Amino acid sequence: MTDITAGGVSAPLRRVEFDTPAAKARLRGRYRSEARFKSYGIIALCIAATFLIALLASIFSRGIPGFFQHYLVTEVLVDAAKIDPQGKGDAATLRAGDYTAVARAALAEAVPGVEGRQMKKELNSLLSSGAGDALREQVIANPSLVGQRIKVPLLLADEADLFLKDSGTKLLVLSETRGIATPSAKTGEITILVGANDFADDIAVVKAELKALAASIDETVALRKERGATPESLDSLVKEAVELRRRYDAAATSETLDSKTASRLVAINGGIVKIKEMSPTSVKGEVILPLKSTDDAAPGTWGIRVYETPESNRNLNDLGVTFLEELKAKGLVESQFNFAFFTRGDSREAELAGIQGALVGSILTLLVTIGLCLPIGVLAAIYLEEFAPKNWITELIEININNLAAVPSIVFGLLGLAVFLNFFGMPRSAPLVGGLVLALLVLPTIIIASRAALKSVPPSIREAALGVGASKQQAVFHHVLPLAMPGIMTGTIIGMAHALGETAPLLMIGMVAFIVDVPSTLSQSATVLPVQIFLWSDLPEPAFKMKTAAAIMVLLAVLFVMNGLAIWLRKKFERRW
Amino acid sequence: MDMRPDPLVMMTTQAPTHATLSAPTKVAAKNVNVFYGAKQALTNVSVEIPEKSVTAFIGPSGCGKSTFLRCINRMNDTVDSCRVEGLIQIDGKDIYDPALDPVQLRARVGMVFQKPNPFPKSVYDNVAYGPRIHGLSRSKAELDQIVEQSLRKASLWEEVKDRLSDSGTGLSGGQQQRLCIARTIAINPEIILMDEPCSALDPIATARIEELMEELRKNFTMIIVTHSMQQAARVSQRTAFFHLGILVETGSTSDIFTNPVDKRTQDYITGRFG
Repeated sequence: MTDITAGGVSAPLRRVEFDTPAAKARLRGRYRSEARFKSYGIIALCIAATFLIALLASIFSRGIPGFFQHYLVTEVLVDAAKIDPQGKGDAATLRAGDYTAVARAALAEAVPGVEGRQMKKELNSLLSSGAGDALREQVIANPSLVGQRIKVPLLLADEADLFLKDSGTKLLVLSETRGIATPSAKTGEITILVGANDFADDIAVVKAELKALAASIDETVALRKERGATPESLDSLVKEAVELRRRYDAAATSETLDSKTASRLVAINGGIVKIKEMSPTSVKGEVILPLKSTDDAAPGTWGIRVYETPESNRNLNDLGVTFLEELKAKGLVESQFNFAFFTRGDSREAELAGIQGALVGSILTLLVTIGLCLPIGVLAAIYLEEFAPKNWITELIEININNLAAVPSIVFGLLGLAVFLNFFGMPRSAPLVGGLVLALLVLPTIIIASRAALKSVPPSIREAALGVGASKQQAVFHHVLPLAMPGIMTGTIIGMAHALGETAPLLMIGMVAFIVDVPSTLSQSATVLPVQIFLWSDLPEPAFKMKTAAAIMVLLAVLFVMNGLAIWLRKKFERRW
Repeated sequence: MDMRPDPLVMMTTQAPTHATLSAPTKVAAKNVNVFYGAKQALTNVSVEIPEKSVTAFIGPSGCGKSTFLRCINRMNDTVDSCRVEGLIQIDGKDIYDPALDPVQLRARVGMVFQKPNPFPKSVYDNVAYGPRIHGLSRSKAELDQIVEQSLRKASLWEEVKDRLSDSGTGLSGGQQQRLCIARTIAINPEIILMDEPCSALDPIATARIEELMEELRKNFTMIIVTHSMQQAARVSQRTAFFHLGILVETGSTSDIFTNPVDKRTQDYITGRFG
């Protein structure tokens, strides 16, 4: 024990050298390797931060417009004839009233002089099918509004909203002075005559557009050929290019405008005419907004408008664009924060679709999950950590719990489908079943987190409690569990955040249905936030892209709040011992 | 084997007899063997501990003195691999009797640990915890009284009376250890076990704890494990020397330190090893 000299003959021990060149080189090497390691860490952090910022920037730039919506803010005559013809004034009658007609009347008033069925249909399609909903609620709340003129915001349809948000087409106003123009009539199909070759330049521009279009079709044909398309399948494209070239080569006497090139309109005498045929000295077209007179228009008082995106590449046709521009010019269009996004359920109309149904569905589902997971998970962890004998059975259970945490979530969905839906016959698409499935998914996480939290409580606390004659259960519940609680809560909240973002298992149990109603009980059909995002991202309407990004923002906000709560809980209840 | 008496057994069994016992025996151990799995930690320990006195267990690290201490309140039961053989009696009753509840036993045999381990609760709740779970008070006033008395007995009252609601872990090391003593005496045990109670404390805090032991001896049977022979000499009336899992020698403290029978005891107390 005390014989330090044991081992007798060995190499003489050397001192650490510190001023030889070799020692200095070693020191420099050590500093270098430390600096290298630090720089690797910083680079890794920078890369992660870049990705995060790019992701958030992309989501925010798409999502923020999704929280706003354009409205037609105008005076509306709450017409008793349309809402309450018999003058009953009770809520049921007021609810059944034709508010769409009221809204349409207000729109017609805002854009006067629109004639013809087709035109009126186009005008009305600017309004959302739910434009009258807000008005209905207002009138039901205050029946005295019937017969009055009130200023209310009327929801615009998603195409109109989208057009206003990212200006679906560039509007060019050609204002160079041309000669005197004479329209032949105020409405209908008219001809406008001009003196000189005023439209020759415009025809040249159109021909250039045709040429560019033909060239781009050629490119497409070449590309498809390269990829092995049969000549027959490309026939129509080739013919189209040939036709475009023929038009381009033809003499510049007259040109028919169609939806493949930019739309051209003449603004003259307070009205707007869409050009259909163009020659150097005259244009033929259809009146969209009626002219005030057929007088000669002096040079400088009339001009040409160009909608650069060809009509066939737009969601809103020339009529819609013209009406919207008219409304915008009158200052009747307003962008407002879309509160309805948080108070409505899903809808097939993008402008009416809201997140509340999914949000409530998520909350109900998570309530079921936490209600099951927390007690079962914590009690299981306490039993395994504090009471269970350490033998091969408990070891097997522990291994299996760890394995369960790594099982792909879709498998839990299949289990839920087989057990909860098919065997127990629980309702399809219900938050109850969703919560049960997610509970299965999260349970291992909570057990593992709780066990880690219990393990981190120093054994001296258990000994102290046992030492004053507390039973094992008293020691655990009075002392160990309260100390482990912050860790358990953190684990639980992170598990819940995981459950909140889970989609795959819920698809299996039918929570992927299109559900308009906001659920209020656990057995009603519902969907959840991530599934709603999945559903919207799948829809063809471009307006749903914004809704998708906005819904992602809501989901992220909920996740941040939950994680923030976890950190706050940990900080608040963290105790030192 | 039987023909040649084991000198150790002879000595340990004889040891108490040649010391004059001034007080009746409180704790008696006969041929106690303790195993951790296959490893034997204690071999044939037999000892008698008199009432209302301080008995010190000394010996080098790993000699089994703490293990034996933890057998007396069955704290070793919490270690799965631990197995205790032999007889340990308190007031003549076997404490490993299956009919006896170890939790109740621990209420009768309090323990103070090496590292101060107050609950991360208020000073008041630390002391009140034992009386609460054992139902020792019928009213809040009575509980207040128990807390005050216990803190006074642990000579901590004057220091903490104005901050009873502060956390027990915010006290200094020596105060924390006295708080742990107050917590132990709040349930009025018959025996107090102390496992190196001063090893984490500075000399001044140690001196206060030692004064306290002298005071507590009047009401409690105390057994302390210590590494410090000076401490054993200062506070104890009887001393037991453990070495490599066997009880080498036991006797009155003055005898052990001035006139040890065994050579190993002599080597240890004179600082030749350990």
